[in-house]
Amino acid sequence: MPDLRRRKIVSYAMLMLTGLCALLAISALVIILGYILVGGLRALSWDFLVNTPKPIGEPQSGIANAIVGSLILVGLGSLIGLPVGILAGIYLAEFGQNTFGYVLRFFIDTLIGVPSIVIGVFVWTVMVHPMGHFSARAGGVALGIMMMPIVARTTEEMFRLVPQSLREAALALGAPVWRASLGVVLRAAAPGVATGAMLAIARVAGETAPLLFTALALNYMSTDLNQPMASLTYQIYYYAGSPYDEWHSMAWAATLVLVTIILTLNIGVRILARNRYE
Amino acid sequence: MVTFGVADIKEREESQRDNDYVQTSGQPHTVSLIPHVAIKERAMAKDKRELTARAVKLSVESLNFFYGQTQALYNVSLTIPAEQITALIGPSGCGKSTLLRTMNRMNDIIPGTRVEGSIKLDGEDIYAPGTDVVSLRSRIGMVFQKSNPFPRSIFDNVAYGLRVNNLTKSRAELSQRVEGSLRQAALWDEVKDRLRESALALSGGQQQRLCIARTLAVQPEVVLMDEPASALDPIATQKIEELIVELKKQYTIVIVTHNMQQAARVSDRTAFFWLGKLIEVSNTEKIFTNPSEKMTEDYITGRFG
Repeated sequence: MPDLRRRKIVSYAMLMLTGLCALLAISALVIILGYILVGGLRALSWDFLVNTPKPIGEPQSGIANAIVGSLILVGLGSLIGLPVGILAGIYLAEFGQNTFGYVLRFFIDTLIGVPSIVIGVFVWTVMVHPMGHFSARAGGVALGIMMMPIVARTTEEMFRLVPQSLREAALALGAPVWRASLGVVLRAAAPGVATGAMLAIARVAGETAPLLFTALALNYMSTDLNQPMASLTYQIYYYAGSPYDEWHSMAWAATLVLVTIILTLNIGVRILARNRYE
Repeated sequence: MVTFGVADIKEREESQRDNDYVQTSGQPHTVSLIPHVAIKERAMAKDKRELTARAVKLSVESLNFFYGQTQALYNVSLTIPAEQITALIGPSGCGKSTLLRTMNRMNDIIPGTRVEGSIKLDGEDIYAPGTDVVSLRSRIGMVFQKSNPFPRSIFDNVAYGLRVNNLTKSRAELSQRVEGSLRQAALWDEVKDRLRESALALSGGQQQRLCIARTLAVQPEVVLMDEPASALDPIATQKIEELIVELKKQYTIVIVTHNMQQAARVSDRTAFFWLGKLIEVSNTEKIFTNPSEKMTEDYITGRFG
């Protein structure tokens, strides 16, 4: 049958085409990681990780404060964004089948699309300006605002995926609704929720714009939440935009550190939240 | 059974009393002139008297059930006697599962459902405003058609109801009650060495017995079973049926089944439904050998359904 042969050819061609596109997508990631690895390893050293920045020309300059700062800022953001996001997602999944839920979902989706710099300016207006100075607190709030809608949406999706039969089983045993939701369904949805949380953390860990207006930067080590805070992303931005080669390679190294931290967090959460009883 | 003499006279007296019952039941009531309806009414009246001799656990009274605008149950009235197995049979879509789920208010979680009428557990209406649904569900347990163990260990599955209802005071008591429930469900010997393993590693029949053990752990008074063996192979089905008959000694059981033979094997009383209406309810033996309604007879003999 000539028709069958033509269909086979088309099928094979499609397979090749889609495979090629997948390869392209992966190769983009591989090339980026490759550049970061090659460029970053050159300047990476133990000194680099434990020292604070020094003026150009001085030896033993590092990004220790930026690492700590990033961790603090993302940690603060998570403290705000994760609980609010997860609970909002649970609400939407359990009780959001009405008009209010529809409207809420629309607002959340819109918030995800708001440019990060706009969120930065917003937090500047409501926190930094009244307070009179930049602060890590404001940075945390900005990152939290960015995380919340992402976490809410993915939590809702993961909750929806848990079969209704599990919820009914818990309710039929005399569990109150909140306990059936939080206890049984959340535990079943935990791996998915954790993935959503990681997505959100990975997104905000790489943000610079909101921090420009809220936490700004710092050249020495500090954990004071009421003062500006250094961050890896800002340091990368600052070093990469400078005219010094030395600082350029430090920027590459800082990028490598940032990507490694995010990757480690990702893998760690996945391992911890895996369902051992699947 | 042919009896003479004293027994004969007793029977005549009884049917006389039936007539009295039918004619003087409070409201103006005319005995139907249609013979087979009059026979049915007398039979139902006699049934009612037999029932009062045994305690009534659940009483469904004039229940109408709506999914939004669609009515699913039409004026259903049914009594469930204590420590007996009552089977609800009927073709698909006749409302038997819906009725079962109204008994422990599981339909509350479906939006848009409405209930008119009442269901009384030991005399108290479970649909009265202010009823504690959570404690109701620990008194009336449910086993579902497709076994749904939690993705946790076998021990945690059975212990869930106990933990959630705060029924045990110590770990030792908890372990004891978990073992007791697993024994009751005839599963203990098979899982006693692997209580900490995943419940999902069990076979289908074992999972369903686990769900039964889980339900029994909170020691409910009534156990509702929605086609518990429909997803299982014949051997597992037989085990489950043996288990159900064994449980009758302690629990009141209401079982929905689309398998008539199962109803005949297992139950003491059978109620036949069709399109949301209760057509006939009586002792299982009578329903399957000498039903009063023609529709029942047609369904039993397989003429439809």
